[in-house]
Amino acid sequence: MFEALSILLYGLVQSAVLLLIALGFSVTFGISGIPNFAHGGIYILSGFACWYLLRKAHWPYPLAVAATVALAAAIGTLLYWLVIRPVRRLVLAEVLATFAVGVAFLELFRWMGLVTYEFHLPPVLSGSVTIGGVTMDRHRLVIVGAAAGLGMLLWWFGRATRTGLALRAMAQEEYTALAMGVHEDRMAAIGVALGSALAAVAAVLVLPLGIISINLGYDAILVALALTVTGGTERTAGLLLAALLLGMGTVLASMVLGPHWSEVIYLLAIVVVLAVRPSGILGRFKELEERV
Amino acid sequence: MREAGYRRERLDRGIKVRADDVFVLTSWRELLYLAGPRLAAMTVLLGFPLLRPWTGAYWQTVFLIVVAMMLLATSWAFLERVGLVSLGQSLFFGAGGYLTAIAAVYLHLPSFPAVLLGATAGAVVCAGLLTPVLRLRGVYFSLVTFALPLLFARIIEATKILGGTEGFAGVPGLGGLTLRQYLLVLALLVTVFGLQRLLDSDHGLLLRAIRDNDVGVRASGIPVGRWKFTALLVGALPATFAGGVLATHYHVVGMSAFSLEYSVLPLTAAVLGGSEMLAGAAVGAALLVPLSEVLRAFGTLRVVAYCAVLVVVLVGVPEGLFALARRRYHQFERWVPV
Amino acid sequence: MERVLVAEEVSKTFGGVRAVDGVSLEVRPGEALGIIGPNGSGKTTLINLITGFVRPDRGRILYRGRDITRLSPEGRVRLGIVRSFQTPRPFYHLPAFKNVVIPLCSTRAWERLGSGYGRREEVALDLLEEVGFERDAAAVYKPAAELPHGYLKRLELARCLALDPEVLLLDELFSGMSPAEASSLIPLLIRLTGEGRSLVLVEHRLVELFQVVHRVVVLDFGRKIAEGPPAEVMAREEVRRAYLGREVAAPA
Repeated sequence: MFEALSILLYGLVQSAVLLLIALGFSVTFGISGIPNFAHGGIYILSGFACWYLLRKAHWPYPLAVAATVALAAAIGTLLYWLVIRPVRRLVLAEVLATFAVGVAFLELFRWMGLVTYEFHLPPVLSGSVTIGGVTMDRHRLVIVGAAAGLGMLLWWFGRATRTGLALRAMAQEEYTALAMGVHEDRMAAIGVALGSALAAVAAVLVLPLGIISINLGYDAILVALALTVTGGTERTAGLLLAALLLGMGTVLASMVLGPHWSEVIYLLAIVVVLAVRPSGILGRFKELEERV
Repeated sequence: MREAGYRRERLDRGIKVRADDVFVLTSWRELLYLAGPRLAAMTVLLGFPLLRPWTGAYWQTVFLIVVAMMLLATSWAFLERVGLVSLGQSLFFGAGGYLTAIAAVYLHLPSFPAVLLGATAGAVVCAGLLTPVLRLRGVYFSLVTFALPLLFARIIEATKILGGTEGFAGVPGLGGLTLRQYLLVLALLVTVFGLQRLLDSDHGLLLRAIRDNDVGVRASGIPVGRWKFTALLVGALPATFAGGVLATHYHVVGMSAFSLEYSVLPLTAAVLGGSEMLAGAAVGAALLVPLSEVLRAFGTLRVVAYCAVLVVVLVGVPEGLFALARRRYHQFERWVPV
Repeated sequence: MERVLVAEEVSKTFGGVRAVDGVSLEVRPGEALGIIGPNGSGKTTLINLITGFVRPDRGRILYRGRDITRLSPEGRVRLGIVRSFQTPRPFYHLPAFKNVVIPLCSTRAWERLGSGYGRREEVALDLLEEVGFERDAAAVYKPAAELPHGYLKRLELARCLALDPEVLLLDELFSGMSPAEASSLIPLLIRLTGEGRSLVLVEHRLVELFQVVHRVVVLDFGRKIAEGPPAEVMAREEVRRAYLGREVAAPA
């Protein structure tokens, strides 16, 4: 009973973590159709930026976080205009270019030697609570809350606001959107910037769970891909469901098989979903595409 | 720049126009003009190992690695031509290496059959693993090729199979350094000229058409899945072979075979050289790898540099340096009044 | 009467929308069948179902008495069921005549032509001439990406003809063509039926359509609402209602 509750709670936390990490990638991909492989790089970069602002520049916590998010958004915008824009519409060049930028960030940090134990971010709230006999620190609850809140916010953003509508129109039919007066480049840039800002939010929330390590950047891409593929790209609900499935799955796998097996779950999810149901568990796009 | 009122005009050289398909050669000069670059490249590849007394062993080893990377880059370019953009050449490289090691250590095969078996098995295993994503368009192939090598490295680390983090040791050497060099050079020549020949044939046309519009190809009665699988198998082979030969060179295969460097380097090389011709990818690798050897002291900063080169070339010279040079070679420019 | 192709009660649902709902259809040898109906009435989906690009949820497709419901698109092409696409998507990077070489590499063409490098290009050039490319005109050697829309449509037709179709399904062949362009193709289509090939034409351009077809099927909201000779069908009340607000051309 205690075991089950503990798996459930930590699975939920893990799901929230995965959702936070993947949200930015998914938003960018959904809005502008750009698979931003630099996502993991921006995620880790945000972590280090926040660490620097807190520990070296001694900024107050809220200010440092806000600055980090703004910085990530700025980098995302630059990334779009300098790197993605010139190769736009060449899907594979987009992949290669963003991939190269992401790897460049991460390997640059590795070369700079940012790999020691001093690099960790403070939790939003310290202390812990006990739920039904399971001890859980408050920060993990914040993560769950933030993931739920951001998920809801994006859902609302996508449905309700004008920009959201324009973005959705663009994701679904670029030519129509163009005819409707949606400024394509600006929207795509917003898509990348928003995704990068979300990567920074994820970094601030998720990275305090451990130390900031370079490999987490590669993991982040893996997680983002796994969730996006599993959930399908066009619906927030699909992403949510994928996060829950994979979150519970990885917690179970690491309890039963050992901690190294969680990545195997992500990858299995990618391969199995692509083989069986390429549109994702809740998606409809691929089937529609087959209508030619 | 010339004065205003003039513009630059580019003209194809006559020989090139005539000789693209049909070989109408009238003089030694023309023959040399067409065969010259190929002969020069082959001379360098075949001649360099003979220079050992002057270059020393270190640069000969670098040459071995250069040729291996040229194979990886050519393999990448071939796959790209079919619309399969791999972000993980190290998958093929590592699979070839590990399977060669398994063939040599567990099956007690002599080194040469072990390399052949390892390379073939590696290509088959990789193609099999990637089959589910072959029928999808867009980024899915890139995505899975990116994830698989990471995954293999993690599994080997987690389960400590195949030597774990220490590496899989005990692979017997394959002849001397010179033999290994010539094996790779031979493989490279076969790959560059053979696969280019394939790409220029009607079936190569088919592969290009699949990249353009796979639905149209299916509607033309051609089993796209089977063609893509075959292309993947053929395209993976040079890379797995390079992995196998390098495994016999180092006598050990480690997790580093799956490392990002073996993915990013060939990719950057192929983009730098230009993947429209397979030779372009090979030339790109020949330029980039020796440079990266010189910069060995900089560690992972080199990967950063490759990435920077990659972005700059993608944005600035999307056709690649080789295509640029090739055009210059086959055309001449003159100034004409506007 | 002999039937080449039969669709039995085929249905397909896309995300809750019944694109095709229990449609039955038969095509006889040498017959030209028109499929008409308002936009979104399931015409293209029906072609996708017949040619195997979409699997039906229910129903069967029979070709010369053989159940081919689960056969792949390329398998159906091998039997002689060939389609064109509504929006022509040529192999953009290849010259026009090389576009036609692609289908000539298929098993079906192989069985007819045998191998031979030069022969394929020769056949491709002949086919292009047949669909109205001028022999040796620049258009034949240009990359397909540079061709105007009407030429792309004809290129698509040539691609289909290269496969020696028994049943040729043409998805809005005439759309985007000038009246002159469209009517220049009509003799070719009539000749194809004369050779014993069956045509299935999905079309909005009724004037041209009625010069070719012997029989039409009318779809509305995925259902077949009428079937018969053109003049008879267009006179029916339910057909006129389905086309309400649309100008209905008088059958020729």
